[in-house]
Amino acid sequence: MTPAIRFLDVSKIYSLRSGDVTALDNVTLSIEEGEFIAVMGPSGSGKSTLLNMMGCLDTPTKGQVFIGERNIGEMTDDELTMLRREHLGFIFQQFNLIPLLSAIENVRLPLILKGGDPGCTDRCMNILAEVGIEVDRLDHTPAELSGGQQQRVAIARALINDPEVLLADEPTGNLDTKTGAQIMDLLVRLQKEEGKTIIMVTHDPTLSEYADRVIRIVDGRIA
Amino acid sequence: MNRPIFFLFAIRNLRLHWLRSLLAMLGIIIGVVAITSMGILGSSLVLSISEDLTTVGDTIVVVPHSGGSGMGGGPGGAGISSDDTITSRQLERITRASVPHTVIPIYSGGERIRIGAETGFAPIYGMRTADIPLLLEREDGQYLRGSSGAMIGALLAETYSLKVGSRILVGSDEQPVRVTGVLEERGMGFDINTDSAIVVSERWYENRYEPSGYDRVIVKVRDLEEIEAVKSSIETSLNRRETEVDVYDTRAILATILETFGRISTFTIAIGGISLIVAGVSIFNVMMMSVMERYREIGVLRSIGALRREIRRMFFYESLLLGVAGSIIGGILSVAGGYLALLVMLEDTSYLLAPSSLIYIPIGMVFGVGTSILSGLYPAWKASEADPIEALRHE
Repeated sequence: MTPAIRFLDVSKIYSLRSGDVTALDNVTLSIEEGEFIAVMGPSGSGKSTLLNMMGCLDTPTKGQVFIGERNIGEMTDDELTMLRREHLGFIFQQFNLIPLLSAIENVRLPLILKGGDPGCTDRCMNILAEVGIEVDRLDHTPAELSGGQQQRVAIARALINDPEVLLADEPTGNLDTKTGAQIMDLLVRLQKEEGKTIIMVTHDPTLSEYADRVIRIVDGRIA
Repeated sequence: MNRPIFFLFAIRNLRLHWLRSLLAMLGIIIGVVAITSMGILGSSLVLSISEDLTTVGDTIVVVPHSGGSGMGGGPGGAGISSDDTITSRQLERITRASVPHTVIPIYSGGERIRIGAETGFAPIYGMRTADIPLLLEREDGQYLRGSSGAMIGALLAETYSLKVGSRILVGSDEQPVRVTGVLEERGMGFDINTDSAIVVSERWYENRYEPSGYDRVIVKVRDLEEIEAVKSSIETSLNRRETEVDVYDTRAILATILETFGRISTFTIAIGGISLIVAGVSIFNVMMMSVMERYREIGVLRSIGALRREIRRMFFYESLLLGVAGSIIGGILSVAGGYLALLVMLEDTSYLLAPSSLIYIPIGMVFGVGTSILSGLYPAWKASEADPIEALRHE
């Protein structure tokens, strides 16, 4: 079976005015479908670069990155975008909901981008129920929701296109411990019940307990 | 299917920053109104002038080549007549070349006149008495019959309070001439300007000034279509070996004048266009602000799968909406703007609804929309080229 994500000798070098910065240094890794991975490491270690590359937002300077069967180094910007749209779901520390849209519109946005039914189907309602958003909050704008509610909406948005892989960048970083734990439970449930592959970047060692495997990264290398 | 969502984005963002959007739109509105009102003004100017002048569109004027009194200037003020004249032999040839149209030879000069205690100067035209009714309209009194007597222009009559029967003393020898009729006001003409002139019989003029020939010959063409043919017929008859006469048709002069007015109105429209450029800059500014403010949002949209062209479209819709809304409002207000411009500049609003005036409304609107499109292009492109990682990090 093809791994969900494969890195082969991947390096990423950023050319800055002050000199080249190696964010990733010959990283090779493989993530199987349905795994829950925690990526840990100090600030500036390259974990964000790693996540961005898994999320097809960045391409390697050297080496190859495969999402399923596809080598993202050989893909155009539009193809990478379509890959994100169809197969990946993003969850951010800052929630990053679109302020101009209501909660339900935020959730449906990827579906609409895909050209799907703009209305909320059963599937869409199921997802909302699954992530635990009360129906009476659906027409609220993000600013009218609490942090936990915003993150639930963001997770629902990440799930709406039924992606194989969820990428979470410090998903509980802006939440209190109790809400954070609820969100973590939700992610675990998505992994266990729906078989989602989850890659989560975190600072918090306690969160790594939720993961099947921890990838530690220091100075761009896997430790 | 995803078109409406980006359209929705644009509308909501404009509504969120309604004051900013309104101001940007105001720029377009002002620009469109400026262009359109200037266009309407120019077109009405041309219309009103051409209406005044078309009555003389059927006339050919033949003057001696070089040194002849210029067009439209009327009889030269300097002397009794210029040195170059049209001889009776030339007149004969003109008449033959113009058959069957009416040929009216004219002497023109001018002299000091005295009416009672008042003195002044008046142009004097000498015409065959039979020709006068063909060219000039009578307002009062009688057309000239015999060789004595004179008809006077309406303005001259007004200036010196002359009536039929009044006496004018002409020249330093104060030769008396009696007014037999007053001519209708004629306005500015390309052939002769009689409004403040004295028209006398050919015989009277010849007796007094002994001219060597006519100063100009007017050919009245019955059918406008034949003007070119008559003109070239005169040219070939007289100017074959050397240029003896200059032939003008009033239609060509009219065309020149209209062309000049056309240029003037183009110029004023261009000035209106400057305000549209300012509006374009303001839309550009608003759009750049919008892009920078929503930089992070662009990153989010890109990460969840919005294509570059979709981001481009989202911002493009915004500037397009500003332009279309501004242009529609501007187009409506232009009718009022045009009315106002006409009222102030022309004091005549009757040409406001003429098709050649109204055409400036869609033209102005097209320019308004065009400006907004142009100024929206770069910000939209800039937004679509954003690096999603950088955009997501943007605070």
